[in-house]
Amino acid sequence: MEWLFEPFQHEFMRRVFVGGALIGFTNGFLGAFVVLRRLALMADSLSHSLLPGLAVGVMLFGLAPIGLFFGALVAALIVALGAQLVARSSRLKEDTALGILYTVAFSLGVVLISFVKVRVSLMHYLFGNILGLSNADLWTAWSISLVVIPLLAVLQRPLLVTLFDPTVARTQGIRVNLLNLVLMMCLVLTMIASLQAVGVILLLGLLISPAATVYLLCDSYPAMLWGGGFLGMFGSCAGLLLSYWLNLPSGACIVLVLGAIFFAAYILSPRYGLIRHFKRGRHFHEASLARWEPEHHEHHER
Amino acid sequence: MSAPAAISHDLTVADLTVSYARVPALHHVSFSLSCGRCVGLLGPNGAGKSTLLKALAGLLPRETGRIAFHGQTIAGATHEFAYLPQREQIDWDFPTNVRGLVEMGRFLRLGWWRRYRGEDRAAVDEAIAAMHLTPLEKRQISALSGGQQQRAFLARALAQQAHVFLLDEPFTGLDKPTQDNLKSLLRELRDQGKLIIASHHDLPSVPELFDHVLLLNGELIASGPLDEAFTEPNIGKTYSTRIFAALDHGMAV
Repeated sequence: MEWLFEPFQHEFMRRVFVGGALIGFTNGFLGAFVVLRRLALMADSLSHSLLPGLAVGVMLFGLAPIGLFFGALVAALIVALGAQLVARSSRLKEDTALGILYTVAFSLGVVLISFVKVRVSLMHYLFGNILGLSNADLWTAWSISLVVIPLLAVLQRPLLVTLFDPTVARTQGIRVNLLNLVLMMCLVLTMIASLQAVGVILLLGLLISPAATVYLLCDSYPAMLWGGGFLGMFGSCAGLLLSYWLNLPSGACIVLVLGAIFFAAYILSPRYGLIRHFKRGRHFHEASLARWEPEHHEHHER
Repeated sequence: MSAPAAISHDLTVADLTVSYARVPALHHVSFSLSCGRCVGLLGPNGAGKSTLLKALAGLLPRETGRIAFHGQTIAGATHEFAYLPQREQIDWDFPTNVRGLVEMGRFLRLGWWRRYRGEDRAAVDEAIAAMHLTPLEKRQISALSGGQQQRAFLARALAQQAHVFLLDEPFTGLDKPTQDNLKSLLRELRDQGKLIIASHHDLPSVPELFDHVLLLNGELIASGPLDEAFTEPNIGKTYSTRIFAALDHGMAV
């Protein structure tokens, strides 16, 4: 049993676990919005666009977290708004515009980092290195989570109505564009908080797989938010333990654990799983719908 | 609640013009309707039926015109109006069941902060029961038939305590029994004093489904009870002036 608790005896590992749990929860919580609004491509673009910002931040301010923070924020905003601009001013659709802009930004980031004088490893930014989590990083993650989660929890009702049907939301006086902007800002902030743990490439997995898993298991929106949060937290901690015991990269371990849970849900989910899908024919489904028709019900009553 | 005098329940639209990229889709449309009506909004494709519904719902900017309900001018969005979108706009895999969908109508009413109370729960129960969905309330919305899905959306509008129901092609794609069912539900709503405005394209079924019509083709051709407005000359005018309207647009561009 000693091996089980051994990691927690180190002060730095305790810090890593607190950080990992927090980042995992925030990502999992936010993932519901990304999954329901079909923003996965957008989220992936944003996370990749952080790289040139980080490079410029390192060039200008060294490795100070605040410089990295603003560099990443500005770069992500440029790509997100740039893609909208390109999509609106040409016949290209937004996914294509985003795809081009973010790969260009990412390449620019790779090139810039090779010019950087300060010693930073590209791999560190690409795949994360949670063991390098400093106190400053931890504070950044705490402050971001403490802004993002309460904000989204407060906005839960308008967000729900908007996610479900933006048109109706607008007819009821909800400011849909403003809400989208808030959501984007939360997304970028959360990504910045998670960089250290999983890196720009694997970020998306931590963000969307917990919510996607819960989405396959139930039909409740609050469950998707909170369940996604807790699953993200669990996956991060389990991944970190795995990476400690087996001496493997932390980001990859986290995403692998979450991926394994996702595939289990994909196959086994009682309602939306693969097995269920093959066991239940379409016809049975239709027949059961007909049985439930309230019209039949009324006839019996009258 | 006592029923207010019918006169104060009027929906008045005066001189409404709505344009897309400066090309008007609706020209100076004016009409007035009392509550407790089931109104068919008729006209050829591109006549501006959806545009009128969206403009009433506050989804489109108005170039000119005034919309008033209960004698009060309506500037933009309002809870009094419920807009029911076309089926294709909905993500049916959304993680919500019938009850969750209807609760959204209460959330719209409650705003961000106010607590969801017993009276809200009662209103949701009532709306679900009125649309005969009580046995289905735990169902995910994709596990409903087309008619049931529409009833769920009507229940949401009821929970929102809307008075004007704006429906975009509600009868499209429904089989006969389902259509009859929706028809009788809309009649029930009408008898409760709601105003129902539904766009529709199948002329032969109009007399069976509606008691009033609005005939539209870029501009308003006629509006009134079936026997006054749904006449052959009016219908002919609605479905033939299209060519001239199109020419008009061509010259304007």
